Amino acid sequence: MTDHAAETPTPDLDAYAAAAAPLLGLTLDPAWTGAVVAHLRVLHAAAGLVGGFPLPDTAEAAPVYTA
Amino acid sequence: MSATTDWSLAPASDIARAVSTGTVGARDVVAATLDRIARIDPAVNSFTERLAERATARAAELDAARARGDGLGPLAGVPFAVKNLFDVAGLPTRAGSRINREHAPASRDAALIRRLEAAGAVLVGTLGMGEYAYDFTGENIHDGNTRNPHALGHMSGGSSGGSGAAVAAGLVPLALASDTNGSIRVPAAFCGCFGLKPTYGRLSRAGSFPFVGSLDHLGPMARSSRDLALAYDAMQGADPEDPAMASRPAEPAAPDLDRGVADLRIAVAGGYFAQGGDPEAFAAVAHVARALGARRSVVIPEAARARAAAYLITAAEGAALHLDRLRSRAGDFDPAVRDRLLAGAMLPAPFVEQAQRFRRWYRDAVLALFREVDVILVPSTPVRAPRSGQTTFVLDGVELPVRPNIGVFTQPISFIGLPVAAVPVWLDGGLPLGVQVIAAPWNEALCLRVAHHLEREGAVRAPVATVKDTR
Repeated sequence: MTDHAAETPTPDLDAYAAAAAPLLGLTLDPAWTGAVVAHLRVLHAAAGLVGGFPLPDTAEAAPVYTA
Repeated sequence: MSATTDWSLAPASDIARAVSTGTVGARDVVAATLDRIARIDPAVNSFTERLAERATARAAELDAARARGDGLGPLAGVPFAVKNLFDVAGLPTRAGSRINREHAPASRDAALIRRLEAAGAVLVGTLGMGEYAYDFTGENIHDGNTRNPHALGHMSGGSSGGSGAAVAAGLVPLALASDTNGSIRVPAAFCGCFGLKPTYGRLSRAGSFPFVGSLDHLGPMARSSRDLALAYDAMQGADPEDPAMASRPAEPAAPDLDRGVADLRIAVAGGYFAQGGDPEAFAAVAHVARALGARRSVVIPEAARARAAAYLITAAEGAALHLDRLRSRAGDFDPAVRDRLLAGAMLPAPFVEQAQRFRRWYRDAVLALFREVDVILVPSTPVRAPRSGQTTFVLDGVELPVRPNIGVFTQPISFIGLPVAAVPVWLDGGLPLGVQVIAAPWNEALCLRVAHHLEREGAVRAPVATVKDTR
């Protein structure tokens, strides 16, 4: 498994947020955009870290966790 | 206890014994508690509703029951308060938000409130929290910040800031709280009190406002491990109204509290959990390890990825929960919460699914460690309570934002639902720190046994804060 999030060019998260908001039915006030994009950047980095771990195909999701 | 005991400051176990034997009436305990809340809480700002009428009536029922010769429960007359995401009959469940206080009042109490009251406890109020529990600071733009009773200019920790502060300020001996990523363990550390985050699926969440269903836990906070155990034992038991509850029998913790730790294999976690914090955070763990005679060490594998995965799942699940409110009422959120939820709503689904798949791997890897050890010790937070409003701190020479990084040591543990007793450590004249006493799933009794041993040895303690009386 490769770490796509880390290997691909840095995405334009401003453009992504602007495109994603109407898809989700959200209105993005221009005053909030900077903070939202900053959080998206942190989430993107987290996704890169998680995605960089070589999971076996048999690792099933645990959406409702049972301890 | 003597006739001059200040019942507003007594431990729950002492109150229950005294009320059960008639040494003091439940009404007297509740009156002393309500009086202390009125005097002290204006400085702390932990309560969002005081339920004097309800509490007084409930206390009168207990006194009448005793007068009839009825047996009272193990928490007879013990005042308690709850984070305001618990349903309380007659109140809207605000969950720290402005939006939810427009909801219809709850028609009945949350399951855990009903269970505590069935054991004789008396609900005296609701407590402040970070909006929708997406918080580690105890700050709230709608209700004002809950202040740290040990240093009013500092954070209480969150999101269960009201619960930690009310217990530390001696306003109640017992509070209920929730913990998704650290929201019991962080305020326990910052406010210097005890907290129990049980195993995921152990205690019913029915009648509480959710945040991240696959990570949400409820649990008690108190000033002693015995009080935690009494409350925890009273709240156990199946509940079909919480779909995530495991079908396990009640496993009481109180009977084992005094068993000591000689038979336990206790280890300190190195690697990720030994870096990225102030030296005092690790000194607190070393202090606890010394008191337990723990010389083993373990490495919890891939903890940084576990934290990242918990972060992703939290953002996505939280955003999905609030999506309609984000569409229609975005301006009514606390901006610090809103902007994170908006970003979470935009997370591509494969990133979240990957985090859930990693969770499966990580759980198996960590559970394997518990074949070699019974208990693992890690810091609760990387720092002592920051100042209110502080937005950055420096860890290992790197300046980082405060809000998300307070939970670096709690998130990898709750991510897989492990039980934790959070114990308060006072290293010097400064503010307290916390240590997480972690065990394998369903071993809450073991966590509490270790906490109780530490308390008996004088290694951990939860003193009542000295807060200026407003009268």
